[in-house]
Parts: sequence; C-alpha cells; structure tokens
Amino acid sequence: MSSTKSYQAGVKEYRDKYWTPDYVPLDTDLLACFKVTGQPEVPREEVAAAVAAESSTGTWSTVWSELLTDLEFYKGRAYRIEDVPGDSESFYAFVAYPIDLFEEGSVVNVLTSLVGNVFGFKALKHLRLEDIRFPIAYIKTCGGPPAGIQVERDRLNKYGRPMLGATIKPKLGLSAKNYGRAVYECLRGGLDMTKDDENVNSQPFMRWRDRFEFVGEAIQKAEQETGERKGHYLNVTAATPEEMYKRAEFAKEVGSPILMHDFLTGGFTANTGLANWCRENGMLLHIHRAMHAVIDRHPKHGIHFRVLAKCLRLSGGDHLHTGTVVGKLEGDRNSTLGFVDQLRESFVPEDRSRGVFFDQDWGSLPGVFAVASGGIHVWHMPALVTIFGDDSMLQFGGGTQGHPWGNAAGAAANRVALEASVKARNEGRVIEKEARDILTEAARTSPELAIAMETWKEIKFEFETVDKLDVG
Amino acid sequence: MPTDMGNFETTQTLETFGFLPKMDASEIQAQVAYIIANGWSPAIEHEHPSKSFDHYWTMWKLPFFGETDMGTVLAELEACHRQFPDHHVRLTGYDSYTQSQGSCFVVYEGR
Repeated sequence: MSSTKSYQAGVKEYRDKYWTPDYVPLDTDLLACFKVTGQPEVPREEVAAAVAAESSTGTWSTVWSELLTDLEFYKGRAYRIEDVPGDSESFYAFVAYPIDLFEEGSVVNVLTSLVGNVFGFKALKHLRLEDIRFPIAYIKTCGGPPAGIQVERDRLNKYGRPMLGATIKPKLGLSAKNYGRAVYECLRGGLDMTKDDENVNSQPFMRWRDRFEFVGEAIQKAEQETGERKGHYLNVTAATPEEMYKRAEFAKEVGSPILMHDFLTGGFTANTGLANWCRENGMLLHIHRAMHAVIDRHPKHGIHFRVLAKCLRLSGGDHLHTGTVVGKLEGDRNSTLGFVDQLRESFVPEDRSRGVFFDQDWGSLPGVFAVASGGIHVWHMPALVTIFGDDSMLQFGGGTQGHPWGNAAGAAANRVALEASVKARNEGRVIEKEARDILTEAARTSPELAIAMETWKEIKFEFETVDKLDVG
Repeated sequence: MPTDMGNFETTQTLETFGFLPKMDASEIQAQVAYIIANGWSPAIEHEHPSKSFDHYWTMWKLPFFGETDMGTVLAELEACHRQFPDHHVRLTGYDSYTQSQGSCFVVYEGR
C-alpha cells in the first residue's frame, strides 16, 4: 500500500522497480522492443530496466513526490530479454507501457517518451527502437491516412494495378513553366502522377505559386487528352505551419487531387495537422521520408523504419516511400515487406523473419500505398510488381525522363512494361522469372519500350545491404 | 539526331491495359479467369466515349454474383458490345473484401 511507504532519499537500482519478468502485458499496453547494447559489466536486467524507467516515469534518484502518486500504475516495465541472433554484444529488451502514459492521438507524445532522453543514456553504448505494438485502443484515437488506398483508387479510377509516377528532374533549377512542361509530358505519356522532389519548396528560381499554377494546367490538359485521371504531388512542406496551409489551400484551388509532405524534416506535428486538413478538404497526401536514413540505417542505434512507418500511418498519409529493394537505395527484401504490410494490412502477425516483433491490429485505419522510388527502370518492372503488388506507387524519375525520346515516350515505355507485367501475372505467369520474355514480347508493339530496354540494359545496383535483419 | 527520334502522340488510353494492344478472345478469357479465381464478382459497364471520364458508367444488368462460368461473362460482354457498338465496354471485378475493384479494364472501345 502506498500510504505505508516512507520516503528514503538516494539512488536505487532500476531493476528493483522496472524489471518485472513475471508481468503479463495488457491488451491496452503499448509494447516496445529495443535492441540494447549496454556498457560492459552492467547486467542486462539493469540496462533493460533503465531503458524502461527512463522512457517512462523514472529518473536517476528517488524523489519524495513519487509518493504522491501510484507509480505501480504508471511505470513502464521491462518484461522480457532475448538474445539477438548472431550477436553476443546486444540483446532485445521488451518494455510494456501503460496506455495512460500517452496523450491520445499523438505520435509526437509517444516518440518523445520512447526515444527521448533514454537514447543518450550513459549506461548504453547503443540503443535502437526496433518495433512498437500500438494497442487498438490507442489506434482508435488517431486520424490516420486522410483517404486511404480504397478511397484513392475510387477518386482516381485506378484499379487492378500499381500506379505509376515519376519525380520531376532536374530536381532543382527549372523555371515554373518549364517544370510544368516536364509534368505535362510525363502525364500525357501514361504516368498517373508526377512528384515534386523533396527539396523543391519555394526557391528563387521557381516560387511555389507559379509552380502550382503551371502544374495545375498540365494536369488538366493531360486529363482531357488521355481520358485518364492524373495528379501531381505538390510539395507543401514549408518553414512554418501557416505557410504550409496557405500552399495547401492554393493546391486545392488549382485542382490538384494530391499534396506532398516530408514527415521527418517537417515533423510529426506538421504532418498530423496537414493530414487532418487533407481529410477535411478531400485531398490526398503523399509522404516523402527525407532524413530517414539518418535515423534508421545503423543496425544498432536509432529507430527502425518499421516504427517510423507505423507512426506515419497513425499521423496520416496516403502514400509512403518504402525503398525499392531493387534500385539505388538501401532496402532488404524481407524487412521491406515487413513494413509494407504495416502500411497496408488491417492485421499483421508477429513474424521475426520479416523483423516484425509483435502482432499489430490496425482496426479500421485506412491503408497507405507503398511507394517504390529511386534508381529503378523498365527492367525492374516485373520484380517490382511481384514485390510490391497492386497497392503500390512505382516511381521512375531518371527511368522516365532519361528516355532518348523524352518524358512522354519514357512514360509510355514504363506504362507498357507495367501493364504487360500485370497482364502476365494475371495469366498465371511467374513474371519475376520470365521478365525478359514478357518485356521483349511487349516491346514488339511498343518502340518506346524497345528503346528504353536498350538504354537501361546494363544498369544494376548490387551492393550489400548495411542494415540486415538479425539472423544467426 | 531528330531523324532517329520517335514522336509520341497522345491518345485516349482509358486507364488499365490502355497501353497494350487490343486483347484477343483468349486473352480476355484469361483476365476473366483471374477475376473469378480471386473470388471477385464480374460486372460489365458501358458508356458513350463523350462521357467516359465520368466515375459512373451505365451498368449492363447487375454484377454477376457467384458466376464461375467464363463463357457466360464473355457472352455478356459481347452482347453489351453488340447492343451499344458506339460505347466503351469495360469489365470490372468487384472485390467485396476491400470494397474496391480488383480489376477493371476496357474490353471494347466505342466506334
């Protein structure tokens, strides 16, 4: 009973209070798995307990005001320790946090607790947040994607295949009118959408208002001429929320169906606010992930991208970049599929072979399109369709605009390759294996594809993944 | 060299499979088989090209719930096309689980 406790100043071992191996987590607990690398000599239980304490109610010294509350109710608990396969230096610590530690609907608050001060803790060499199990009770307090996969398909009339996009290049330096030209050429050639590059905001060579106006015209003209619905992710990431909303309003005015935001550099507060704005204004939201590799690439320190992806689904976004597995940017196949599931499915079971540490019930939260972008070209198409399936956005920047005949032909080449892959898959063919045959066949009636295949036939990006899944 | 360069002309492509050559009967049949194998409900819609940008096209009968005979679906596609030769005719696979369309493409283009 707390009323019988007396106050004794001093420093206690964390494990006395925060290591509870007999604890059975509640359905309402938020669970976290950390990969912990402690300083030598400190016992694992003590390190795990320190992580639980410092990311919840604890501090280094006992304080008298603890006795005014029931810390047994509020404390985080380290309840399990596991070996990391193939690594004797680190271990996994599982921590359960009572739901009342967190403000409703705020991934900002969750992250501030879980990856706050504790990451600088001296008793640790490294610390990595591998996974979070959000309780369904918490998920129900979050807005999530403004539209979601199903609503986006209906609005844009895209069914039975991945969508196709491209980031406009060169990423910086074009005038607004020339930029709009590049957009129009891609869209008339067969892309569903084009994209501002992440660092296109409102620079001296192309202010945002001019870009939005020309891009708006490009979308409308392409729609009229092709009979297909089109869009361009107008990047509204800005220095202040006020400026961001101003740009969002104007993007809606010029008739774009979709906006874009960088959720890590812009921050979760801005992102959640923009997602709410999009939901209220019938706009889709594309999410770029600049800065993610700073946080997620080191295998022993930081936050795994699967956690950032989960947080984004709660904060809100209709598309999220996930890497390509096959292109120029880092990404292990099983690990990527692990967090792609977290974006799209309504329930994801624990699966260590994909780096998924907990069952995750997403309830009725809409799904997010997985975006594969970065160094991909027509030869990758059958593999991309196999890996990512229909609920994805495949983006070919250089792989569209680097076509010898220009953007429209490059777009057409990609669209033919995509549709040939989907058609063959539906016919029951194993398209990743039969890639060459399928593309060669399709190129017979598409000179644009034939030229694209010739242009990019030698380009491969085969480097070892830095952040591998932990296996023995 | 400009003389070596192709010129891409914009056309009405009408979404999925719009960039592939017109499918023959066996190819259409394979796509119908895919819809049925996924447990989706085949459905037919048609519309005059001047209104093809609308979300809603006119339904041809009701979706064929529970239909597993590919021949029936193909015959209905043809019947719709015969009755509305100047309309686009599209085949949809309604997926009741995702409340979306697992497949949708124009089979006949209106003349």
